[in-house]
Amino acid sequence: MALIASPGIARHDGYVEQPPRWSPGFDPASMQHWHRGPFWMRRRGGNGGPLRRDPADRLLGGVASGVAAWRGFNPTAVRIVFVLIALVTTGYGLVGYVAAWLLIPAAGADRSIASKARTDARGIALAIGLGTLLTLILLVGGVFNDSWFASWAWPQVGTVAGLVLIWRNGSSDEQASLRHYAEPLGAAVGETSRNRRSVIRLAVAAVLIITGAVSLAKTRASLALLAPLGGAVLVIAGIVLVLGPWWLRIARDLGVERQARIRAEERADIAARVHDSVLQTLALIQRRADDPQKVVWLARMQERELRSWLFEGRGPNEADADMTLAAGVRQIQQDVETRYGVPVEAVTVGDCELDENLSALLAAAREATVNAAKWSGASVISLFAEVEPEEVSIVVRDRGQGFDPDSVPEDRKGLAESVHGRMTRRGGTATVTSAAGEGTKVSLKMPRSAGQPAGRA
Amino acid sequence: MNAPRVVLVDDHGLFRSGVRAELGRQVDVVGEADDVQPAIDLIGKLLPDVVLLDVHLPGGGGQAVVQAVKADHPEVRFLALSASDAPEDVIAVIRAGARGYVTKTISTAELADAIHRVAAGDAVFSHRLAGFVLDAFAAAPSADDPKPAFDPELDQLTSREREVLRLIAQGYTYKEIARELYISVKTVESHVSSVLRKLQLSTRHQLTRWAAERRLT
Repeated sequence: MALIASPGIARHDGYVEQPPRWSPGFDPASMQHWHRGPFWMRRRGGNGGPLRRDPADRLLGGVASGVAAWRGFNPTAVRIVFVLIALVTTGYGLVGYVAAWLLIPAAGADRSIASKARTDARGIALAIGLGTLLTLILLVGGVFNDSWFASWAWPQVGTVAGLVLIWRNGSSDEQASLRHYAEPLGAAVGETSRNRRSVIRLAVAAVLIITGAVSLAKTRASLALLAPLGGAVLVIAGIVLVLGPWWLRIARDLGVERQARIRAEERADIAARVHDSVLQTLALIQRRADDPQKVVWLARMQERELRSWLFEGRGPNEADADMTLAAGVRQIQQDVETRYGVPVEAVTVGDCELDENLSALLAAAREATVNAAKWSGASVISLFAEVEPEEVSIVVRDRGQGFDPDSVPEDRKGLAESVHGRMTRRGGTATVTSAAGEGTKVSLKMPRSAGQPAGRA
Repeated sequence: MNAPRVVLVDDHGLFRSGVRAELGRQVDVVGEADDVQPAIDLIGKLLPDVVLLDVHLPGGGGQAVVQAVKADHPEVRFLALSASDAPEDVIAVIRAGARGYVTKTISTAELADAIHRVAAGDAVFSHRLAGFVLDAFAAAPSADDPKPAFDPELDQLTSREREVLRLIAQGYTYKEIARELYISVKTVESHVSSVLRKLQLSTRHQLTRWAAERRLT
């Protein structure tokens, strides 16, 4: 994970441009090729191979990135040109893009989507099924003889065409998920229905739609208002019956996905908590193994902490509800000084009530301070917190031995998980600047939630 | 520059002898005093370059010494020294006219450096004082301020000054600040001096209220 920030670029008037923060997973080495000339000219040389789409670096279908890799342009520049073309041709450029997407094979694949689609009987059947449904809708629209309805229906042609095309897109996992969504739809419009219930459902829907459409068509000439209304209701009921299960499945899957994400975040939070408390104490105990009294004291303290977290739902390092940021910083200072015997010079500017985000900020700052106390070898650690109207920032700095952030192994979770993960999960940022022999500086920034008054004590 | 002549004012004899021993030849300690009145008399007699002044003295705050001496001998410079770090004491002694403030935990080399700086007419801010000043000159005037800042020259810090103060508060030395901000040490010093001037002269409402909230008289 790339956490290190470059020291900033000096402008001639002495001010410092803040370097861009590198997102995790961003490989600075890949930037090396782009550093000369205006950005549309920056080349890294074509790859020399045949033109292939690049699904690994795609925004839509990977056509632009494929062209960029093929000819050696900057992908962003190619994308901008594509968008301009689409705008200039009032949208027909998009058709060209889709055609290119269909006709150019993806990198690593030997056949294009178009050539595969010709032999894809299942996909063609689905397309025909969807076409039938569409025709039905258009027929109903024709009954109204209403340009509004036609204009509503025609975009559906595009949607359906897009759906079918995407569905046939190679063998990616994307296809699997689309197939998952599309299956009930396919069943609805005539593919082999697997169970009796869906047959009955379809029969009822067909009856409803036909009855509705007929009553609409019949009574259009008469002035009775109730009949067309009833017809419309019937048509809608029919459509709901046909498409209902499909929408239900999409909604349910979205819910499942959200739950999974929440679970993953909770797990990461727990991992960070355990690291900060239990693992830290265990490390301390190993260091103080020759001092039984100290070991007992540490174990007892950790036990108390763990109990209060497990059974009272509150970590002792977590802030109390009525605690302020300055008090939290003071607590970090005291704890680190007593536990590790390293003086901490804490300076707080302004103060505010704590919320969940700021508690996470404090926890990250605590971790950074503990890290500095344990590893830097510095004789003093400075801890600086500033409350501003829009954000709260904390800087932990030592003049110790420093380290190379890139060389921290993945399993040493302190910096990566406790500090960086904690901050980014809540919308904050963490920047670590360090070099061997020059000390370490951890800058943490957390935006303040809008509801809080920007009071400074 | 010659070693500056220094008078130590502190009520702890042990601390005075410790500082005197540690500073050794780097400065010329010409006298010591342990309370307000003796200090005023001694300083008036010796006229040292720098007075190293404890903020807390039995016979009154350190600012009493500064005020009394400044009236007759404005050329004498004061460097405040405190273990307490209570903002009201520190700001009071600075407002009275001290040219800097350091904590008693400061290293000997840094203390000697600070004394030389004050003797040369520069200002010396400890990380804590920098925090106090940032706090006191906090961002924008609040909406309920009946008398908004009327003199931006004195009542507001420039963004560069805030930057310098932030780095001081993070424990940076002047040299490190200069490197970090790509400016010269001289420029850092002039920023700090200008902050000191504002701190001493501003009648900014926030400053008064900030001090009042911390029971500053």
